[in-house]
Amino acid sequence: MPEYQTHPYDVLVIGAGGAGLRAAIEASSMGVSVGVICKSLLGKAHTVMAEGGIAAAMGNVDDRDNWKVHFADTMRGGQYLNNWRMAELHAKEAPDTVRELEAWGALFDRTKDGRILQRNFGGHKYPRLAHVGDRTGLEMIRTLQDHGIHQGIEVHMESTVLRLLTDDGRVTGAFAYDRERGRFLMFPAKAVILATGGIGRAYKITSNSWEYTGDGDALAYEAGAALIDMEFVQFHPTGMVWPPSVCGILVTEGVRGEGGVLRNKEGRRFMFDDIPELYRAQTADNEEEGWRYTQGDKDARRPPELLTRDHIARCIVREIKEGRGSPHGGVFLDISWIKERLPKAAEHIQKKLPSMYHQFKQLADIDITKEPMEVGPTTHYMMGGVQVDGDTQMSTVPGLYAAGECAAGLHGANRLGGNSLSDLLVFGKRAGRYAACFAKEHGDGRIDQGEVGQAAAAALAPFERRAAERNNGSEGPYQIQQKLQEIMQELVGIVRTESEMKQALAEIERLRERASRVAVEGNREYNNGWHTALDLPNLLMVSEAITRAAIEREESRGAHFREDRPSRSAEFGKFNIVVRKGSSGQMQVSRQPIPEMPPELKQTIEEMK
Amino acid sequence: MATATFRIWRGDRERGALQDYTTEVSEGMVVLDAMHKIQAEQANDLALRWNCKAGKCGSCSAEINGLPKLMCMTRLNTLRLDQPVTVEPMRAFPPIRDLVTDVSWNFRVKKGIKKFKPRPPDAPDGTWRMAQQDIDRVQEFRKCIECFLCQDVCHVLREHHHFDDFAGPRFFVHVAALEMHPLDVEDRVAELNQAHGIGYCNITTCCRKICPENITITENAIIPLKERVVDQFYDPLSRLFRVFRSRKSGRPDTPPGLKEDTHAGVKAAVQGGHSRSAGTR
Repeated sequence: MPEYQTHPYDVLVIGAGGAGLRAAIEASSMGVSVGVICKSLLGKAHTVMAEGGIAAAMGNVDDRDNWKVHFADTMRGGQYLNNWRMAELHAKEAPDTVRELEAWGALFDRTKDGRILQRNFGGHKYPRLAHVGDRTGLEMIRTLQDHGIHQGIEVHMESTVLRLLTDDGRVTGAFAYDRERGRFLMFPAKAVILATGGIGRAYKITSNSWEYTGDGDALAYEAGAALIDMEFVQFHPTGMVWPPSVCGILVTEGVRGEGGVLRNKEGRRFMFDDIPELYRAQTADNEEEGWRYTQGDKDARRPPELLTRDHIARCIVREIKEGRGSPHGGVFLDISWIKERLPKAAEHIQKKLPSMYHQFKQLADIDITKEPMEVGPTTHYMMGGVQVDGDTQMSTVPGLYAAGECAAGLHGANRLGGNSLSDLLVFGKRAGRYAACFAKEHGDGRIDQGEVGQAAAAALAPFERRAAERNNGSEGPYQIQQKLQEIMQELVGIVRTESEMKQALAEIERLRERASRVAVEGNREYNNGWHTALDLPNLLMVSEAITRAAIEREESRGAHFREDRPSRSAEFGKFNIVVRKGSSGQMQVSRQPIPEMPPELKQTIEEMK
Repeated sequence: MATATFRIWRGDRERGALQDYTTEVSEGMVVLDAMHKIQAEQANDLALRWNCKAGKCGSCSAEINGLPKLMCMTRLNTLRLDQPVTVEPMRAFPPIRDLVTDVSWNFRVKKGIKKFKPRPPDAPDGTWRMAQQDIDRVQEFRKCIECFLCQDVCHVLREHHHFDDFAGPRFFVHVAALEMHPLDVEDRVAELNQAHGIGYCNITTCCRKICPENITITENAIIPLKERVVDQFYDPLSRLFRVFRSRKSGRPDTPPGLKEDTHAGVKAAVQGGHSRSAGTR
């Protein structure tokens, strides 16, 4: 029997980014005991990197905005595969959750009359993003963190869940290990909330940190939960491309919201060349009108640089492929040109985009107030994930909840910028509330010691192999991770074909075999190599799910683009693709019809067309 | 391709030593890239913290050639590569393993600071009105990424180990953000003076010089807080006033826990502080 420390809670939250912290605060306010477990130190989760803002139809800058417009924008952005109930709740509840942050001390940038300022962003009809310069995520996570630590929530930092425990189909807790000492931890819990974020580390070029290895998706999958929309991986159009070591680091969409434009090496604003039908009526057809829009002219339509991320990423890939890219394999993003239009433009840029200014200055020797940046697409966000009930955020496993990036539904085939931070707040709060209710209504579950023993043995196996198989073809974990990232980038990236994806499946299988022989050096205390070895099964599972779902969806829609099926199909718009673990342990892929939308929501979409 | 040697501190809670690793380096690399390369190729179990790799999360704090820096924002072309680059953990905190230190003390200190308490909402819909110019200075403090490099470099912690009665620059910035928040109505001045020991700070400005977010820690946060402490506890007139009051109420007239040397520090701070911040008051 493995040795472990036990920490029982009514509600266990896995992850301490925006969704996890918001869920923990809500659950704890309902009087249940709450534990939070997170892989890094508190306050370092990926939310901290969010730059642009929180989308919420408060109408502070443009009073024509309201939840209906936000709902319609979100559905259009997601190409109508969204869980419409989540899109509705999100649009309705986001403004209150932003105001809640202000009541907890967040200081958003202000309008002239002293209210929360809102900025333009891709796919949002009106200026809608509450923000703090370009460090909105930091403001949000710090506010939640500083509020949460006074709520009696216990936080287990630098700890990682190895397995969810279930009994009779219901979740009963989680088995984990702490990084500092390498000891096992047991968390019996009446309800568990997954808030583990994304899967970006499955790709080579990514804006995500080491943490984003699809843990929530993999834990839920192993516990029997359904995953949906796994084929939809968002590639953010603007990541840094040079120097090589910073390739993939995010360049906020806020640059374009403030008037930044995309140009190819010929100096042409290529985004005007291809404006999708769905957006033609709302998009400016000349540079002058686009500029007026970014400066708050209510009669102007938005510039094509503020079309949705999926479309812009593909346009950039096209320019590069056709030989019109920048010297280091990207395109140019230029904000410095606004000096032709604004007095004191350099100061303005530094005030509005301070961290972009420093990022380029320090990492690439580029002064963005004087010269253009080079940018290209970077793996950014996972639309797919754990399938949840729109109201409660409960997965298909009783007692298991999911919120934020690791949950699926709100964003459909493509997420709008700014809708992630509001997603974290709205559905983090809901998950916290309903998980607390579940915990109050249910007793303790039984802990299956057999499951615990298996999880512990699997975790320690890389050490056992070190001695036994050193000369028998075992290898370190980093090389396998890098190989997987290359395969996913090459074969299941922005532009996909069936033959390449089938090749990827075969490669993933080979890597799984190699991963089963991974050996690690050193001991259990703060061993990054060991941790990387433990991440591999999650990354492999997620990669397989993405690939299988992408093969199943024989069309192009949102973030999923198939060169061999380049158009959208009405038939494929009627269902989501579901991935779950079959009884024999094989991955099963199926199609699940999207429920009929209520007439009033349909009408809202029609009105906003 | 060029190579460079990194002299990395490797060890655990009890012991450790610098160890040399030579690796290939390329254009644009930062120290964190070199650490990752060494970790992947030569030392799989090298312990280090990192997350965003873009100077936004404050995880990869270390001492590079003896200077406290974020590894992700330190370009190799700013260092001399014809000699080994020393990479050590933050020395003010207890070592855990290699470049990872035990920074949990910081999280405990923060918990002891009174939380944000807003005045009642300004508008019937439960919202507030604030002018941008009134929040500018607080927004500067809220840029803090909690890398704890300011704590690492502060001699009160690093050399004199006042972990029990001194909060450190990070938390003076935190308290300043709360105290100067236009909506906040809580009072944290007594704690600043006692539990958080702001008097120990003798404004050497080391913290401000190394802050990767360029927060003007000393002048904008610490000195104004010191002024508040002085106004409340050491102003001769109000002190006289308190003597009278305390005779009636039986309260002591000097705040407890004040040491002679601390007092000197506060005085020095006040002298420096008034001249610098006169225009902003």
